[in-house]
Amino acid sequence: MTATTPPTPGTPPDRLPRLLRGLRSDGQALSWDEHTSVHGRLPRTKHDGGGDPHLIEAVRRAGVVGRGGASFPTGRKLAAVAAAASPRRRPLVVINGAEGEPVSSKDRVLLRRTPHLTLDGAQVCARAVGATEVVVATTTSAAAAVSAAISERDQRNADGVPTVVSVVPERFVAGQYSALVNFLEGGPGLPTFGGPGPHERGVAGRPTLILNTETVAHIALVARHGPEWFRQLGTAAEPGSTLTTAVGSLRRPGVYEVPRGLPLSGLVGRCGGPTAPLQAYLVGGYAGTWIPADEAWDCPLSEDGLRPAGGTLGVGVVMAFPSSACGLRETARILRYLAGESAGQCGPCVHGLPALADGFAQLAAGNAQNDIVRRLENWAWQVNGRGACRHPDGAARLALSALRVFAADAATHAHHRPCVHRSPLGARITPTAPR
Amino acid sequence: MSSPLWYFTRGTGLVALVLLSGSVILGIASLSRATSATWPRFVTAGLHRSVSLLVVLLLAAHIITAEFDTFAPIGWAAVGVPFVSTYRPLWLGLGTVAFDLLIALCITSLLRAHLGYRAWRAVHWLAYLCWPVAVLHGLGTGTDTRLSWVLGTTVVCVAAVVAAGIWRLAQGWPSAPSMRMAIAATGLVVLTVGTAWTIRGPLQPGWARRAGTPRNLLEATANIALDNRHSPTAPGGAA
Amino acid sequence: MTWRLAVNPITCEAHGLCAELLPEAITLDDWGYPIIDGSPIPRDLLRAARRAAAVCPTLALLLRKENP
Repeated sequence: MTATTPPTPGTPPDRLPRLLRGLRSDGQALSWDEHTSVHGRLPRTKHDGGGDPHLIEAVRRAGVVGRGGASFPTGRKLAAVAAAASPRRRPLVVINGAEGEPVSSKDRVLLRRTPHLTLDGAQVCARAVGATEVVVATTTSAAAAVSAAISERDQRNADGVPTVVSVVPERFVAGQYSALVNFLEGGPGLPTFGGPGPHERGVAGRPTLILNTETVAHIALVARHGPEWFRQLGTAAEPGSTLTTAVGSLRRPGVYEVPRGLPLSGLVGRCGGPTAPLQAYLVGGYAGTWIPADEAWDCPLSEDGLRPAGGTLGVGVVMAFPSSACGLRETARILRYLAGESAGQCGPCVHGLPALADGFAQLAAGNAQNDIVRRLENWAWQVNGRGACRHPDGAARLALSALRVFAADAATHAHHRPCVHRSPLGARITPTAPR
Repeated sequence: MSSPLWYFTRGTGLVALVLLSGSVILGIASLSRATSATWPRFVTAGLHRSVSLLVVLLLAAHIITAEFDTFAPIGWAAVGVPFVSTYRPLWLGLGTVAFDLLIALCITSLLRAHLGYRAWRAVHWLAYLCWPVAVLHGLGTGTDTRLSWVLGTTVVCVAAVVAAGIWRLAQGWPSAPSMRMAIAATGLVVLTVGTAWTIRGPLQPGWARRAGTPRNLLEATANIALDNRHSPTAPGGAA
Repeated sequence: MTWRLAVNPITCEAHGLCAELLPEAITLDDWGYPIIDGSPIPRDLLRAARRAAAVCPTLALLLRKENP
């Protein structure tokens, strides 16, 4: 990209942290001055409102992939939105900070503690596709910090493209892209079916660029330090750093920034190690995949790295599950939550998720029928891919991986023998993130 | 007059009423999830469609024969525009209204895929207006209302449709209880008023005059009635 | 020119008429909702597929043409 002014202080970090650099110890948001002294100012470019192919090319060369769960190549998304733009249908940029996954905290950390980084990235994206406005969609807990940051920027005339905050409901599906578009158009915020996709026809029929908070924060740094710098960490296919939320039986759970592709053992090490012997990890969040502890230990934290174990990194949640607890009981609890979070629009999800939740509850309690495992597998395959969104797919993935990883427990429970895990009934290993 | 056209008009009218009632019942029945190997659900859907189209054909015959029968002047405008005929303008006009509604229902149903589900459904509610209007038209315009078998047929049709409507409400459609209460109340009122009106109106002597049969026709039929005192099928009823 | 079936899962209310008319391509899951695998519809089934899409009470079944 072309810079018309020389970059101001803020040397490119050669190590981690990148996104989480310079965070205040008191947990307050970085002010504009603090932010610019840590990261430097965004290079100003000539902005005529018609889009900037150089910016798109920089993001593409950097190899940024989406951090919202799908890991879609961001450069391609930018190009698609820019291509769909026309003088009468100007694009808009939506920063997805809904973070519907309750265990994930990374977007909230970014928006509450370093909002200017995301807002910088939003401006870069808006310039890149020629958007006329930016909407930051987030929950009430982060809205205040973002609004305050926007006010600071207005006072300094920092932004070429106006930015507003939109508070979205705290539902699991609220961050799903069609649900988000629906909400921003004044609807109930539920997923919709059909249509060409938001990049072509999104909010009010305009090409809409929807990017996860963290993805946009990375772009803010790519715009400062360049694609080659971005690629200094991570893998060739998935470069850069990534934010993970580590929870469960760990000494220091929390949000950590790691190089993409770091073995899971590295993350656990940074968390101070486990507090108890572990039997498995739940990777990807509530709609993620169980992986046995020994298999997961050397798994790189990337899509390519987790694929052989049947998992995805998704939004980067890693939950350490102790041997003392019952995986089936935990899965039953999570499935009950997922069933309750259904948008309630599609039959297979509305019927199938409660069936899975009930079945797992019975299995965990030890009073299920003998063929319960076969029936659960059947239901999981029946709900997979048959909703308007990927919500049932996540539940199916969780259920199937639980039956695989905790197969021994499933056999024990199905034959009505007592559970070998000693954790008290109803022990909640997976914390619900405080909001 | 014992003109064949007049018999044909009345005959097709009555059969159309029976079939229209059948179509309404089939439409209501399509809400049922019951299905069997001998009567799959698509049969109900297909029958509803075929019967409705058959009603349109019968009505075409009904209207054309009525127009070509020179006894009662109706005028071609009255085919589409309600309440403009000189012969029993109100009661005949109701027939026009029912026919117009039926045409709208059929066209929107044939073009359903292009219209979209929601628009089609909104129009299709008019079926619940079309049918009672058709019944009233038959009772008010029909010159055979006091015949026991004609009246009996009408009563059976009404009873069957009302029964189907009650079944539908009992099944829980529409889903809002307040809507169901409102519909039940409206239906009860319409049924009561309609029955009372039938007893005091078309079933009473002198209805032809009160309904708006032109005087010259009344006199003509009165003369015929005097000649055919014992014939129960004289048009216009007893003068 | 390939034709494929798809169902709008939001509009679908599990009436099941589609499975009655096209059992070769549509089966119902445990809750009465159609399972459609999205593979191309063979020529001899196209007429039945069109009928199935037309008879759906909520117009949830879609028969889409795919340009090669």
